[in-house]
Amino acid sequence: MSEINNKEMVGRGTREGAVLFRDWFQDLTEKAEKGETAAYVFVMGSIAEILRVFDLPMVFPEIHSLQTAVRHVADDYLNVAEDYGYSPDICGYVKADFAMQMQNGKHPMGQIPKPGIAVLTNACNTYLKWGEIWERIYDIPMVSIDVPATREAGTRTWPGDDQFEREKQYVKTQLKELIELCEKMTGKKFDIDRLREILGYVNTMSAGWKRVMELNQSRPSLFNALTDGTVYLGMSNVFRGTPEGAEFFTRLVEEMEYMSANGIGTLTDEKYRLSFIGVPCYPIFRRFNEMFTEWGGAFVMSTYLWFASGGTNLGVQYDLDNPMDSLAEGVLISVRDAMDSMFHPELTVLDKTNNYNIDGVVYHPIKSCRTTSAGMADNRRALMENSNLPSLFIESDMMDSRVVGEAQMKNRIDAFFEGLASRKAKEAIGA
Amino acid sequence: MALSAGVDVGSTQTKAVIINEGLEIVGRSLIDTGANVVQAAEKAYLNALNNSGRREEEVTYVIGTGYGRYKVTFGDAQVTEISCHGRGAVHMFPDTRTVLDMGGQDTKAIAVSETGEIVDFCMNDKCAAGTGRFLGAASMALDIPLDELGVTALKSEKPVKISTTCTVFAESEVLSWLGKGKKIEDILLGVHKSISSRSISLLRRVGLNQQITFTGGVAKNIGMVEVLNENIGKELNVSNESHFMGALGAALFAMDHIKTSRIPAGGQA
Repeated sequence: MSEINNKEMVGRGTREGAVLFRDWFQDLTEKAEKGETAAYVFVMGSIAEILRVFDLPMVFPEIHSLQTAVRHVADDYLNVAEDYGYSPDICGYVKADFAMQMQNGKHPMGQIPKPGIAVLTNACNTYLKWGEIWERIYDIPMVSIDVPATREAGTRTWPGDDQFEREKQYVKTQLKELIELCEKMTGKKFDIDRLREILGYVNTMSAGWKRVMELNQSRPSLFNALTDGTVYLGMSNVFRGTPEGAEFFTRLVEEMEYMSANGIGTLTDEKYRLSFIGVPCYPIFRRFNEMFTEWGGAFVMSTYLWFASGGTNLGVQYDLDNPMDSLAEGVLISVRDAMDSMFHPELTVLDKTNNYNIDGVVYHPIKSCRTTSAGMADNRRALMENSNLPSLFIESDMMDSRVVGEAQMKNRIDAFFEGLASRKAKEAIGA
Repeated sequence: MALSAGVDVGSTQTKAVIINEGLEIVGRSLIDTGANVVQAAEKAYLNALNNSGRREEEVTYVIGTGYGRYKVTFGDAQVTEISCHGRGAVHMFPDTRTVLDMGGQDTKAIAVSETGEIVDFCMNDKCAAGTGRFLGAASMALDIPLDELGVTALKSEKPVKISTTCTVFAESEVLSWLGKGKKIEDILLGVHKSISSRSISLLRRVGLNQQITFTGGVAKNIGMVEVLNENIGKELNVSNESHFMGALGAALFAMDHIKTSRIPAGGQA
């Protein structure tokens, strides 16, 4: 294992992801400056596969919003939206995006083009209302793809079941309507071979994403699911269906396999392996994680990487010989899985506890996202009833630093680790 | 015989306890924290030492706890007050399985094992509703000293319902009841009931079925103890040392360290 190889290989995905992200923003800024529009889409069911056929640039408002928090300027945006009458209690992403719209797309990384079309699914309760804001401001078409999902894990149907096949046709019909609309908007004819090509890239990315997460079963863990994982997640969403995205995940799998084979872990001195449930605390993104790594806590998995990738974690593979049916099937399976990852995280956490050697679970409900946070207290209770896993419940926000109390958080985190340390000490002496 | 010390730097008051190897309290002190947290920690510690009549060299390990635990600059280690209150409560009442700690700016419900380890905990978030600060606001509004609030409240026969849970708004609600001609004791019992209700909801989240020990400064308030007893339907354990429970827990952890460090590697002490 040479030093040179390590330097080149370890952390490559994070470095390359950062470069690609900057390029993406640069491209969006240039488009915005020229007055060009973009398709506004969401992470839970972007339907990028179809939009890319028409070469529509994509804006991910959730990502643009969270970046204002990571760059410590979210409060400026939230205040603008609240000046317009938006309540402090509603989704911080919506408010930051609204403030961007009111300021001609001004963003700390550049400028965001205005929307020409909005595409959304029903995976998040807020998407529909959010889309309606753009619809009213810009008088643009808003396409809502209704993905049948029970929001109740364990009652799913699968390919071949009557209900599944009916639901697949229902999704397929909606996708066809989207195609017709895109044809009208762009004046381009839908190209099924181009779709096949895009689906091929998605297949590589999905398989890679799934493999990367499986590889984090390694001890020590290969990447931090909260910090590094969020970079990979961004790549999975923004570059979905592109050669750059496929190349990125191919190289990321290579990096992770190299690290695993050579016993290289994250920088954390890994004493406790943790699972994260919820959305990250972006206003203090790095510091939040440090409060865990200081104790030797490493996040080896996170439900965020499942639901915020729109269920791409499943690694669904499209059948390129039957692209439209396969796309409808993939959207149905993946987006409903994203919903289950939000509403029943304990099931997957329990399922994966042994493989990932989880020592504890961290629940992070956030004030301004009821979709991901409502029910977490019950969910935690269910986890505790069905396992011996210690868990921590800390509340803050994904955007609003006004409700992020670092001192209070640290107090809870320290107490959680004191409990974990005591438990480990007892296990060590067989008590 | 070595001594250990625990210094609990809280938002309102700083407490220090010194114990001997028999785990008996030999010195204690309580002062207002004030603006200089470092000085408060030092002063509380020296006062406790003075109270014990022992020499500083005899104290071989000091643990800081509370929000200002990292400001106990002369301390050897820090432990959260969540763990310390759990440990202190089980030391005082060995059958304790749930601890209710009500302090100046937060209230915690803590589930503990038979050895005092934390099993689960839950506390108020980001606002001081249901904490000692709520009583402080009522005390200011009614111009009654804190230590008379409970006794006065227990004289009430018709408590009012305090609907706000916000400590800041509590004062205006109290004044509004006064304006309506309500008796001070009725308003105060309403305040106690409001705090009790919020505390019980925290307790429910970690489990209300076991023996419960009430710690923290507010446990000195007899009115709060009686209201909680009535609303929970069982008598809470309350120690004369309730105010010092966090500092005591810290001193106990410090004594653990002293005793463990005497054990040679792979052998018995």
